[in-house]
Amino acid sequence: MAGPILRVENIHKAYGKTEVLRGVSFEVAPGEVVVIIGPSGTGKSTLLRCINQLTPPDQGRVWLEDVEITDKRTDINKAREHIGMVFQDFNLFTHLTAIQNVMLALTKVKRMSPAEARAKAMLEMEKVGLVDKAGLYPAELSGGQKQRAAIARSLAMDPKVMLFDEPTSALDPELIGEVLEVMKTLAGEGMTMLVVSHEMGFAREVSDRIIFLENGAISEDGPPERFFTNPKNARTREFLGKLTELYGNHGGPRGGRRKT
Amino acid sequence: MFRPARDHRLDLSLFLRSLKFIAPAIKVTVLLTVFALTFGLVFGLALAVARVYGNRFAATAAGAYSRVVRSLPTLVVLYIFYNLAWVAFRVGGVAAAVIALTACTTAYQSEIFRGAIQSLGTGQMAAARSLGMSRATAIRSVIIPQVLRLAIPSWSNEAAIVLKDSSLASAVGTTEVFRRAQQIGAANRDYLTAFLAAGLIYFCLTFITNRVLDFGHKRYKLKT
Repeated sequence: MAGPILRVENIHKAYGKTEVLRGVSFEVAPGEVVVIIGPSGTGKSTLLRCINQLTPPDQGRVWLEDVEITDKRTDINKAREHIGMVFQDFNLFTHLTAIQNVMLALTKVKRMSPAEARAKAMLEMEKVGLVDKAGLYPAELSGGQKQRAAIARSLAMDPKVMLFDEPTSALDPELIGEVLEVMKTLAGEGMTMLVVSHEMGFAREVSDRIIFLENGAISEDGPPERFFTNPKNARTREFLGKLTELYGNHGGPRGGRRKT
Repeated sequence: MFRPARDHRLDLSLFLRSLKFIAPAIKVTVLLTVFALTFGLVFGLALAVARVYGNRFAATAAGAYSRVVRSLPTLVVLYIFYNLAWVAFRVGGVAAAVIALTACTTAYQSEIFRGAIQSLGTGQMAAARSLGMSRATAIRSVIIPQVLRLAIPSWSNEAAIVLKDSSLASAVGTTEVFRRAQQIGAANRDYLTAFLAAGLIYFCLTFITNRVLDFGHKRYKLKT
């Protein structure tokens, strides 16, 4: 398939007087894994939310393949069926079991029969390694299991693009690895992923491209090798150094799980 | 008329007779309570959803209704809606009393549910929408099921209140427990015994209600 799967053009977003995103534009090719990094408060989460219109941008346009999502005439609910989102706080539906969480959108949005939905949900649960936890409620799951369930929930919709908003930031260190493993597998299978994260090891090993967002604009955008060995800006180098120091090297070649 | 009794000796046989006299009205009290609570739940939930998710007009109207009704004594609200029921729908009697009680509890229940919706946080709606659910589907399938479970403790408090406020229906001509107590109290010129008997009945009804709702809470509460 030619052409980018996701195109973001000139996104502006302000909260009150503070402009959080000042003209962000980029493209994502099918199957690409893009990691967005940057100092806190630079609008990384806002950017993701502008892409699926959870937070409508003040200005700017977004295309999913050749459909302009930001067009008022586009059915945003239909568009969102193709964009999966994984949240820092998981946001699992607390009144449903893990498998029911995965099934809900299948029955309500895709209008599958309960049997079909369950079969599909079980497939996704297998993929994330939660088959034996299917009947448990979110409160009975560990953080890593919750996030994996959340990933299964989004995957069940067979999205074209998956957005990850700091998926491991709310997890205890020993649980981060299991989630990154799932994300790595997804990437290996060719899923187009846009990941906001501090996990430098993951970025180094799995991403095709790293975008450095600073002061609401993209200050660097390139493949990880160049990023880590020879970034264009001193500020980027400084930030990367600090991140690696703080967050370690999870999911990277020399990092990975400290405990099992 | 309601002079406090001096030198009062509790006459057990009068107490039992009062109980017997009041008892047939228990079903009216229960009827008033059940209908008012049920309609109050439906309308209260609708108002709460309008407050949180509705357009500016709906949200403001719902908020205004809640604010005004909760600012007035229940008796006043009852009189107003009892008369409105006649003027608007040509309805009187017990039905009008139910309408009046419903109008009152709707306002309080809308606050209960609004609080529960807000305590849920914005993440639930965000997750539901990001999966492609429409707002309506999200509210129906994700928000409301959780809100109902979250609200059970506050709601059981309101249930006891409505049960007790049903006694005010006596002021608009309904013959429920309190009215019967007034009647037997007047007949024997012993209001204290009559109201003690009524008190016992209300106590039992409230006790049962709380037990049932406690059980419901344990069974259905959200696991945290």
